Order: sequence, then C-alpha cells, then structure tokens
Amino acid sequence: MKAGILLFPGINRERDMAIAIRQSFGAEPRLIWHKETDLSGLDLVIIPGGFSFGDYLRCGAMAAQSPVMRAVRDHAARGGYVLGVCNGFQILTEAGLLPGALLRNAGLRFLSMDTLLKVERNDTVFTSKYKTGEIFRAPMAHGDGNYTADPATLDRLEGDGLVAFRYADKNRNGSARDIAGIYSPNFRILGLMPHPEDLVDPLMGGTDGKPLFDSLAAA
Amino acid sequence: MKTVDAALAKSFGLNAEEYAKVLQIIGRVPSFTELGIFSVMWSEHCSYKSSRVWLKELPTKAPWVIHGPGENAGVIDIGEGLAAIFKMESHNHPSFIEPYQGAATGVGGILRDVFTMGARPIANLNALRFGDPSLPVTKRVVDGVVRGIGGYGNCVGVPTVGGEVNFHPAYNGNPLVNAMTVGIARTDKIFLSAAAGIGNPVVYVGSKTGRDGIHGATMASTEFDANSAEKRPTVQVGDPFTEKLLIEACLELMQTDAIVAIQDMGAAGLTSSSVEMAGKGGVGIELIMENVPQRETGMSAYEMMLSESQERMLLVIKPERSEIARAIIEKWDLDYAIIGHITDTGRIVIKHHGVVEADIPLAPLSDAAPLYRRPFNEPVKPAPLGPVPSPVGLDEALLKLIASPDLCSRRWIFDQYDSTVGGQTVKRPAQADAAIVRLEGTKRALAITTDCTPRYCYADPEMGGAQAVAEAWRNITATGALPLAVTDNMNFGNPEKPEIMGQFAAAIRGMAAACTALDFPVVSGNVSLYNETEGTGILPTPAIGAVGVIEDAGQAVGLAIAPGQALVLIGQTKGELGRSLWLREILGQEAGAPPEMNLAAERRNGDFVRAQILGGQVAACHDLSDGGLLIALAEMALAGDTGITLASQDSVHESSHGFWFGEDQARYVLAVQNPAALLAAAQAAGIPAQHIGTATVEKSLTLSDSVAISLVQLRDAHERFFPAWFA
Repeated sequence: MKAGILLFPGINRERDMAIAIRQSFGAEPRLIWHKETDLSGLDLVIIPGGFSFGDYLRCGAMAAQSPVMRAVRDHAARGGYVLGVCNGFQILTEAGLLPGALLRNAGLRFLSMDTLLKVERNDTVFTSKYKTGEIFRAPMAHGDGNYTADPATLDRLEGDGLVAFRYADKNRNGSARDIAGIYSPNFRILGLMPHPEDLVDPLMGGTDGKPLFDSLAAA
Repeated sequence: MKTVDAALAKSFGLNAEEYAKVLQIIGRVPSFTELGIFSVMWSEHCSYKSSRVWLKELPTKAPWVIHGPGENAGVIDIGEGLAAIFKMESHNHPSFIEPYQGAATGVGGILRDVFTMGARPIANLNALRFGDPSLPVTKRVVDGVVRGIGGYGNCVGVPTVGGEVNFHPAYNGNPLVNAMTVGIARTDKIFLSAAAGIGNPVVYVGSKTGRDGIHGATMASTEFDANSAEKRPTVQVGDPFTEKLLIEACLELMQTDAIVAIQDMGAAGLTSSSVEMAGKGGVGIELIMENVPQRETGMSAYEMMLSESQERMLLVIKPERSEIARAIIEKWDLDYAIIGHITDTGRIVIKHHGVVEADIPLAPLSDAAPLYRRPFNEPVKPAPLGPVPSPVGLDEALLKLIASPDLCSRRWIFDQYDSTVGGQTVKRPAQADAAIVRLEGTKRALAITTDCTPRYCYADPEMGGAQAVAEAWRNITATGALPLAVTDNMNFGNPEKPEIMGQFAAAIRGMAAACTALDFPVVSGNVSLYNETEGTGILPTPAIGAVGVIEDAGQAVGLAIAPGQALVLIGQTKGELGRSLWLREILGQEAGAPPEMNLAAERRNGDFVRAQILGGQVAACHDLSDGGLLIALAEMALAGDTGITLASQDSVHESSHGFWFGEDQARYVLAVQNPAALLAAAQAAGIPAQHIGTATVEKSLTLSDSVAISLVQLRDAHERFFPAWFA
C-alpha cells in the first residue's frame, strides 16, 4: 500500500502520521502540498490533524476548497482509501466525503488527554488487526470534536454499520451517540477525531494505535 | 503632531537626564519618530538599564555553551551534532490587561526568538503566578491566560509539555506569564542577527503592520494604576496560523544559503530589530517606510516603527538569492517585502515618501543607553521559625494540603494544552518531575522544567534565587537526565525602590552561587520589572527554565510506582517548616526562614540519584519540594494508582509533622526493587538514605496501623480545586 499525506497550511500532525506510516508500512509516505492535484500511484490518502487555514471560518471549511481536494474526490470515487484524523476528519465532512459535522466541544474548551475507543467492527481495512468490541487508548487533542448529524443520518450510520469507533470511557466532547469515527458506505474512507498515530511507540506511552496502521499495511 | 520637548519625552518614559542625552547624541531637537525610537530602545524592557549591572554576575560559560546571553536565545550542544536553543520570556503586563491575547502573544514571541535562530520548536512550557483564587479577577485572568496559551500553542503545533502555577495575593494586580520555548537545530546551522554586506537588501517577512501594540515596551516599563485597563490598545493581537506559516517558511528558507542575518520583530517591533541587527553588525541601515506591508491606511513612520504587530521577521538577504527567498516565503502565503538596505554609515535612516523621518547614529543609541546602578537595600535575613505544634493529624494535614491551590492537580490546565503533537513526548505533564521530549530520529531526549518558589524569594531573596536554580536542577536530575543550562525570567517590582533592587541583587547572588556549584550556566533570559499596581509589588520571582539531556530516552523515569517497590528517601531531613506550605495552609502563617540551601549536598545527592537511575536500579523518582515528603509520596501513589504503607514508625525514627511536611532541600524519593542495595550504595557514597515505605496492591496510603487514606479519597481531594472553581 502506497500512502500520501496531504499538507494544508496550518496542518501540524503530519510528522506524527509519517512516523506511524513509516513504522507499519516500511516505506516513506509521499508528502503532498495542497495545491498539487496529482494523486496517481497512491492507494491511501491521509489528511492529518492540525489547524488548516487556522480553522478560521469553520474547521476544515477552507481546506475542503483547496485544489488537492478535487483529486481526493476522484481518488475516493475510484475506490481509493482515505484516512482523515482530527482536522482531517473535519475536512472530510466539509468536503462532503463523510456525513455530519464536528461542532465545538460541549464544554467549550480544548480537550487534550487519552481517551478509550471501542472498535465497532474489525472487517474493514482500517481495523482488521483489532478485535470487534476491543477497547484501545488514543490521545485526543481538539477544540471541535463534537460529532453531530441529523437523526436520520445517525440512524443510517448505525443501521449500515458505518460507525467505526465510539468513546468507551467518557464522551467528553458531546458527540452524538458517542461517535468518535465513521466510515463511508464502501468502508474505504475513515474519519476519526482521536490520534492513533500518537500512540505507536512504547516510549510514548503505548502502541494502542499501531494496529490501525498495521491493518492498512496488510490490506 | 505634538511638539517634541522634555514634557513629551517624559510622557514617552524618558526622564530629563535621558532626554538631555538624546539631544546631545542627535545634536538638535529630535523628530517625533526619533523620540519614539529612543524611548523604546531606552525603555527598561529593551535596555535592561536597571538590571544589566547585576546580570553580569551570572555564570554564562561552559564547554557545552555555544551562544550565551546576547543572542535571541541561548544555544547549547546536546550531542550528535544537535543544539538545543531556548529561552523564557515574560508577558506579564499585557496578560493582566487582556489575558487571552497577552498570554497568546507571549507564546508567539518566545517561539519566534527560538526559530529565528534556525531551530524547530519542540516544546513549550509556561510558568504562571496568579493572585488570590477567591477574587473574581483571578478567575478571569486564569481562564484567559490558559485559553490564550492553549489557543496559540495548540494551533502552531508545538506541544506544551510542562510548567508551574502558584497563587498568592501579591499577584492580584500583576499576574506573571512566563513562556518558554525549546527548539532543536544542527550545531552547524545556527542563524544569528548581526547584519552584514553593504547594499544587501533588508527584507520584511510575515504579517502586515498595523497600529496594535504601539509603545507596548514602554507600557511594560511602568507600574500599573487604576486606569491601566485603558492601555488595552497597547496589547497586541496574535495569529497563531500565521506564526505556523512563518515557522515553516523560515525553516524552509534556512535550508538555502539566502540568509545573512535574521531577527524576529518582538518588543518595539521594527525599531529594535533593525537597530539591533545593524548595531551588532557594526553597519548602518536605511528603511523605506512606504515599502512596509501595512494592514491599515495612513500609518505614519512613527506608528510603523513602534508597532508591535505580531508574526513578523526582519532578514538581511544575499541579493542574488532574493528571488529564491521570495518564492519560498510567498509559497506560504506570507508577505515578502524589500524595505531597505544595509549601509556603511553606522546610522539608522528612516524615510517615508522621500522625507527623512529619523536619522540616528547607532553606536550611541546602544552604547550611551542609560545604565543605572540603582540604590539598593540589602534584604534582612529572617529569623528561623521556632517550634510549631501541629493542631491536626498527618492525615488531615495531607488531605488539606494536597487539595490546596498550590499543590492540587494541574490537570484542568494541561488538559487544555496539546502535549503530544510531534509524537515525541515521552513524559507528559505530571508524569515526571521534568517533561521528557525525544529528539526525532535519535534515542536522545531533553528533560525540561521551570521552577521558582516565590515565598522563599520574598523571605530571603538570596536563598530563593539559589533554590529556584537548585530545584530546576533537581527536577531534571530526578528523571535521570543531566542538567545542562538555564534560562532565567526575572520578575520583580519597581527597581527605583531600594528594597526591590535589593531583592534583585540578592536573588542574582543566590542564583549565581547555585549555577556555579551545579555547573548550570545561564544562557538566556529576560527581565520584567515594575510588576506593581498602585505601589504594591509582587513576590520576587526569578523563574528558572532549564534543559537537560538523557542519552537514552528509555532510561528516563517518572513518578508512577508499582506494587512491591520499596521507597527510599535520599537526603537529610531536619524538618524545616519555615515558609513551608504546611505552615501557610495549616497554621495560616507565612513566617520564619526558608529551608537551608547546601549546594554541596545538592550536587552530591543529585549526582548519586542520577547515577542510580542510569544504572537501571530505579523504577520511579520524585524530588521533594513544596509540601515535603508526604506530599511527594502521595503524588507517586496517585501517579501509579498504587498504595503505599509507610515503614513502621520505629524504623523512621521520626513521626512529627516537620519530618513529613518539612521542605528541606536536596532530597528525593526513589522507588526500587532492591532497597538494601540502594542503602548500601548510599552509605558507601556518604549520602543520607532511609527506607520509608513500601508500594502496595491495596489502594490506600497507610500512615500507621490505625490511619489510612484510600487513593479514591486522596485523588478526589487532589483533583477537586480547578474543576470546582470553573464548574
């Protein structure tokens, strides 16, 4: 699997993501500036965390209009894999590649701590190295992680098994139905708020996030 | 425009004598713009006119020091061809007037001081002092400062990994916000600010210039009064997104050979950056004001020269590389403007639409800057505290202390700071005595801390200065890292008062002694004076930021203990309760002499502890500071979610509150599997050591056969204060 990491101005977790990819894939990810439009040769496009365009206007709103996002839409339409973490998840919802939106955290404060996530299913390319129902730890660091969608959309996400992860210890940001991450209907796009890429080394406190990248490497 | 005269100079902060010197240097009545330039360059904030004579007494050299004080930040060699570049700086005055923006721009400013030298910032810390928590204003300031630090630091993607917070009524009108940044560069790719190359273009990079922050440096050089809120327009507004672009653009540009010199525009903006760059290079500089990127219309040369708009850098570029440099900067959507050139005149010349607005010789502007050896009163050493009986039991005292604002968990604060971005944070806030951040691509890590105990500094500034340095050294040592160097942030009151100047001089004396004894030179720093409101000054607060290195990050230890480990106290305990938190929280007294400093014992005990950790014998380590031994044990128990049973009182030979809550210095608690081996090693080294307890499966802190506190109860007390305050 060949991975590329998108760089928008203000993205700041691209290095963390590159470390996780390098470790699980055994290969360097390609770094792609947001004004580029050629994603050929990539199997997996990753949109990392940060504050693209300062999160001004709305988180992810301006990045969703960048030239590279047209190429990401084409990549997705071809059945390519897409992973959006934190600001990347926000960008995917703003781009219409995933439903719903991420609002300000319920307590109106930035939240930075480890959270527990429950794996809803392990028959996807993102989660094959986890067990269904497994609970793993991941750092979260966001001000706008409060997942919301209209009730019909939420029902559809649940009915179609598109909820990827739920908060398993405490729903700190107020997300609807404890949702921490969701899939596209073809299970090839994943967006989630917490950062599995920051927990892939025992020295940094654990390797709970590593199976996600190992799953992709094995796909 | 107002007439320039002594009265106007006075309103700009220049006294009669200083204004006379301006007249002498210029040889005529200065223009309005020239007066503005003199007033900010000679402000306390920029000129260090009251502190310089004392700062010279600090040791600044060691074989590992690459650049000491005088550059934008200190630079030390940390091995493998890498340098750590770091500094701490205050943003006290703006943070009281406008807490969010004051704190946010404090973080932005210190980041620029570090990346301007070629370093990628890898860690932020902040040392904060607030007033009485029962006052509404304190709550407002705490909330704004914490949001501001998080708002800026989280967005730029530099992890905020540590710091400290104290409360005391002396900070009611003058909270302290001291921000520290640590960055990493290759030792052969360090960028300096001395301009060179006659005719070389002077390039402005970053945000456009607005009218914000005009005369901020002058504001930071006066006391506050009841009308200080009216100074809100002198507080700058930060844009962390632009800062992030500026970091990436500058670091990318630094990969080329285009840069001759580079300096951020901090306090006094374009004035201090251009004057310092040309002055250090021994050249002249000519600036064309209409070329300065402007956010507002109709700005005068005076306003542009004194604006403290944020996220701006000044560069001297090799002319043949200018277009390459422009392409990199513009790729990041930042302004790149050639606003002047380097000259051989030794003067700064400011032109605006063809009119010369300022023409000042640079050498006298710095060489003739005021330098005061202000009168000072030597502080009187306080008498030792006599015997004080305890009105409460150990358990009650422990629960009260660990819930107090100065000792309670800071989780509510650091949960608002991104501490993991970058993927290199080995020890996050509260996991170890110092933050541990690995250097990407190596096994090596930095240990970073900030420390100061202002209540000691107030009682005995010399002891307090030494203690701040020693505690920083101890905190780095307690992780297993080797302490290397210090940045100091001297926060004091009005230096024109002899007792304040006496505090300053004595604190420096204590710091110098500790730095020398511990091989811990000062490589950068900042002075913030006039921290007074309506005549009332802060506690003297010489905040120390420090950096150490550990060759294998995997060897670093934290606070968390596990069942079965033995807890061994290292260092001598006399039970010193003078100026202790026990005395303040239990008896309501701030009295007596602070604990004795023995720098030889400090060095001996610390070197022993570090050797034990690096020898792989130590599972956890905590230094003893505020609250003493029992607080340290409780913190280790909570960190590991593991109980502790204290050794039987017979073997401890001491059961008083002085033993458990005294703040004797140079002490550590080590958790080890084999206490006999550690005690034998300590005895062989002549280090006091005693086995004081055992970590247990049972989740309680068992003080005696009849008294135990469950960890649930202990944690509830420890975690209560901040969430309840902001509920």
